[in-house]
Amino acid sequence: MPDAPSNYQIGASVKRREDLRFLTGNGNYTDDINRPGQLYAYILRSTQAHAEIVSIDTKAARAMPGVVTIYTGADMAADGIGGLPCGWQIHSKDGSPMVEPSHPPIVVDRVRHVGDNVAVVIADSLAQAKDAAEAIAIDYKALPAAVSVTAAVAPGAPLVWDTAPGNQCYDWHLGDKAATEAAFAAAKTIAKVDIVNNRLIPNAMEPRAALGDFNPSSGEYTLFTTSQNPHVIRLLMGAFVLKLPEHKLRVVAPDVGGGFGSKIYHYAEEAICTWAAGKLKRPVKWTAERTESFMTDAHGRDHVTHAEMAMDGEGRFLALRVSTKANMGAYLSTFAPAVPTYLYGTLLAGVYKTPAIYVEVQAVFTNTTPVDAYRGAGRPEATFLLERLVDECARVTGIDRADIRRRNFIAADAFPYQTPVALQYDSGDYQGCLDAALAAHNYAGFPARKAESEKAGKLRGIGLSTYVEACGIAPSAVVGSLGARAGLFEVGKVRVHPTGSVTVFTGTHSHGQGHETTFAQVVADALGVGMDQVDIVHGDTANVPFGMGTYGSRSLAVGGSAIVKACDKIVAKAKKIAAHLLEAAEADIEFKDGMFKVAGTDRQKALAEISLAAYVPHNYPIDELEPGLEETAFYDPKNFTFPGGTHICEVEIDPETGVTRVTQFTAVDDVGRVINPMIVEGQVHGGLAQGIGQALLEQCVYDAAGQLLTGSMMDYCMPRADDLPLFYVGQHTTLCTHNPLGVKGCGEVGAIGSPPAVMNAVIDALKGYGVTNMDMPATPEKVWRAVQSGRKH
Amino acid sequence: MYAFTYQKPTTIAAAVAALGADADAKPVSGGQTLIPTLKQRLAAPTALVDLAKIPELAGITVAGDTLTIGAMTRHATVADSADVKRLIPALAALAEGIGDPQVRNRGTIGGSIANNDPAADYPAGCLGLGATIVTNRRELAADAFFTGMFSTALDDGELVTAVKFTKPKRAAYVKFPNPASRYAIVGVFVAETAGGIRVAVTGAGAGVFRATALEAALASKGFAAASLDGVAVSADGLNSDIHASAEYRAHLITVMAKRAVAAAG
Repeated sequence: MPDAPSNYQIGASVKRREDLRFLTGNGNYTDDINRPGQLYAYILRSTQAHAEIVSIDTKAARAMPGVVTIYTGADMAADGIGGLPCGWQIHSKDGSPMVEPSHPPIVVDRVRHVGDNVAVVIADSLAQAKDAAEAIAIDYKALPAAVSVTAAVAPGAPLVWDTAPGNQCYDWHLGDKAATEAAFAAAKTIAKVDIVNNRLIPNAMEPRAALGDFNPSSGEYTLFTTSQNPHVIRLLMGAFVLKLPEHKLRVVAPDVGGGFGSKIYHYAEEAICTWAAGKLKRPVKWTAERTESFMTDAHGRDHVTHAEMAMDGEGRFLALRVSTKANMGAYLSTFAPAVPTYLYGTLLAGVYKTPAIYVEVQAVFTNTTPVDAYRGAGRPEATFLLERLVDECARVTGIDRADIRRRNFIAADAFPYQTPVALQYDSGDYQGCLDAALAAHNYAGFPARKAESEKAGKLRGIGLSTYVEACGIAPSAVVGSLGARAGLFEVGKVRVHPTGSVTVFTGTHSHGQGHETTFAQVVADALGVGMDQVDIVHGDTANVPFGMGTYGSRSLAVGGSAIVKACDKIVAKAKKIAAHLLEAAEADIEFKDGMFKVAGTDRQKALAEISLAAYVPHNYPIDELEPGLEETAFYDPKNFTFPGGTHICEVEIDPETGVTRVTQFTAVDDVGRVINPMIVEGQVHGGLAQGIGQALLEQCVYDAAGQLLTGSMMDYCMPRADDLPLFYVGQHTTLCTHNPLGVKGCGEVGAIGSPPAVMNAVIDALKGYGVTNMDMPATPEKVWRAVQSGRKH
Repeated sequence: MYAFTYQKPTTIAAAVAALGADADAKPVSGGQTLIPTLKQRLAAPTALVDLAKIPELAGITVAGDTLTIGAMTRHATVADSADVKRLIPALAALAEGIGDPQVRNRGTIGGSIANNDPAADYPAGCLGLGATIVTNRRELAADAFFTGMFSTALDDGELVTAVKFTKPKRAAYVKFPNPASRYAIVGVFVAETAGGIRVAVTGAGAGVFRATALEAALASKGFAAASLDGVAVSADGLNSDIHASAEYRAHLITVMAKRAVAAAG
């Protein structure tokens, strides 16, 4: 990075430049796009959790008004359309690869979850498509369903896939089993917890949508889609599903209204609309209704875990062993296998110097919607079990909950720190985060507040969560060795126009994160130009050279680093041009405050003067240097980044009703260098809302037959403003040591750190009733029942 | 949504005639239940008869201690009415707590009670206050009007035109909202009226009902929260779903009733 010019943007709470168009209804979302001659697709979905399709009769439906065609799985198969690919391969303990069933965009003969795709009706209007769909006669032969992970692994459970005995996808492990067992044998005290990480439904504000278009004159397909990573969709859909070469396939992800992971994956509707547009030579649009979102967007979490910590006589952690069953749903979504393994097991050291760790994970197929990464993806599950277990360690040893954490923290001077579960943390200060959070929260004042609550007949509890997570995914060679079928670099292209304004193309994608502002701040500082001279372009494979997209809080750490690298190339070339224009040696040119200056003189050129010379190369070193001022950089990260922090939650419970209210919430996070404090605070607020939602409100429920009971906002409880307190959000920063900006990532910390803080507070409030554990969400009835059974004792 | 014809008559007689002409026609008042139902293709009326342009159905009038609220009066109008706030503040507060601002600006009292959703608020207010339901044919006591889940005493061709309330000595409504839908899991309206103490419960059962055990306790021991201490409501016949078991709902009825009594002062 260059030295700071006087109008330094990094660190300033610049207002989000994208918000004006969003707030005034001028966003350009996929469903806002319409093409001449457009048709509408309606997907007929399975009403059954598990059934054979004996027959599908579309004859009457085809004759309905406005119907152009109806396709079934057989039609796609006849065209050689492939299954939706899985992007990550996990191997079991015995070295065998995971069971990887086919995932056709439309099923052929068997449905495996409610919402599975059975047929697509394409008509002149959506209403006509829906009318026709009702006239399709399907004869199902119902099969018994395996719904929960516990039921699916029970002996004799119905098989989701004949190729997956016991419904097992893989049986993976990580860590040193022998060392762990030895430490347990020598332990003074062992703490144990049984944890359910509740299944969540993402619910981005904008439902998924896809619009396929085909240009017969060029033979080019275009897909407009609600994606977090258009290049990944182009690669997966082009190479594996439709078998189209990249140069004939353009994927555009325009404004996207939230993703939280659910829009990473390649979904069937994208392939169906693109394929159908080519067959019909007309654009085909599909937009999900909210109920379809509930049924078909990849769900999150859904782990059942037993964990134990071995301790010495002073509460020092000696070893951790963890056994988890993870629900994959009926099919493997794009990155599903990685979530409960390399995004989970590798995080089990947490912020503690536990010397031996062993984790086993059994991934299980069920007759439910596929499960994949959702805000945090594996790290919330790891953090929840670890931070609940640490509280249990405190309970069984009688050590104060903050003290037992301090006793086991990785020290601030121990970095880089190699954990026993593969990761090497580059920086952090867990003690500092904890101290800052305790002070900001007025932890010491809790007993007085508790006494006040008790006077009013209420129970009060406080809970801590001290966490670390891994972002900035990831060094391509490392993830490749772990089973990723992709590289995880990022791309930045910087185009300085002749008069000095700048367009930046990034392979990441903004769907609420504010990249158009944050990245512009970075570029403004890197090139010494005003914010108003910089535009950020993303989301179109026709504009952006390549990119792996936005997830895992990677955009600034990886995508921002690529942009910085491209800016560095611009500066390097500009120095050469400046040297020519200023008739000086290149080595004598220094770049400072946006000016290219001959060191020790007052002779200088602004970037705009250099760019003009680059595009009007009359006086230009044309023999040594190409004209133009445009550079591209691919950045492959050297390591993950490791944000962390301390969250403190305080709750008040009404024992008469069981209602739990979060009264205060303090988050002190270490997200590395903060580019835009306002945006970081907003990201943390959003994450906290989702984390508190998971802890108190949200729960995806299927009945035993596999019917989704929480299929609408009437039954699935999303957090609302009045469910949440005012948050205190602070930072205690250590810089990432291996990327040029020193950034770590802030998008997921809120959702990762907060659930155990909430549940530790709830359990603390209820400890007088003998409560030592409770599954999320802590609903009013669950809490009331805990109070009732505590009273009976 | 399926295709239907749409009419907007300006008199009650014309509305009744339009409904009578088509067995599959439906009246629409605020549309806050019907329109979402249509959008989900769960209902397929051939005709919608919109009651919004019938002047005699709207508005609030006062005569002595009697408040008459026209069937097409929006929840927001009731919530904001100085007359309602003065005579029966608990009813204004109930209206203020229905749904969200969009719902309150479209939904109507007549639509709500004619639909008789088992978790709706107005049925509890009407039953708790011993209101009189006025139709184009007759007047009915609330006790006779609400007959079960989504069911009322209305005959074919009979429309609610107004609801008449008499100012109670004191009243309050307290609800325990479903965290997701914000409908009542349990809502309890208590009122001390000239005809006695009434406790009406919504959300907990197949339809609004009076909690007679609680009424008896308040009548015998006095209108005070403490009078309900230890008075249990039976869970038999109460709703049980993923949000609340029947046992929990039964418990909440007593708790909400105590809070309503305390709030009524």
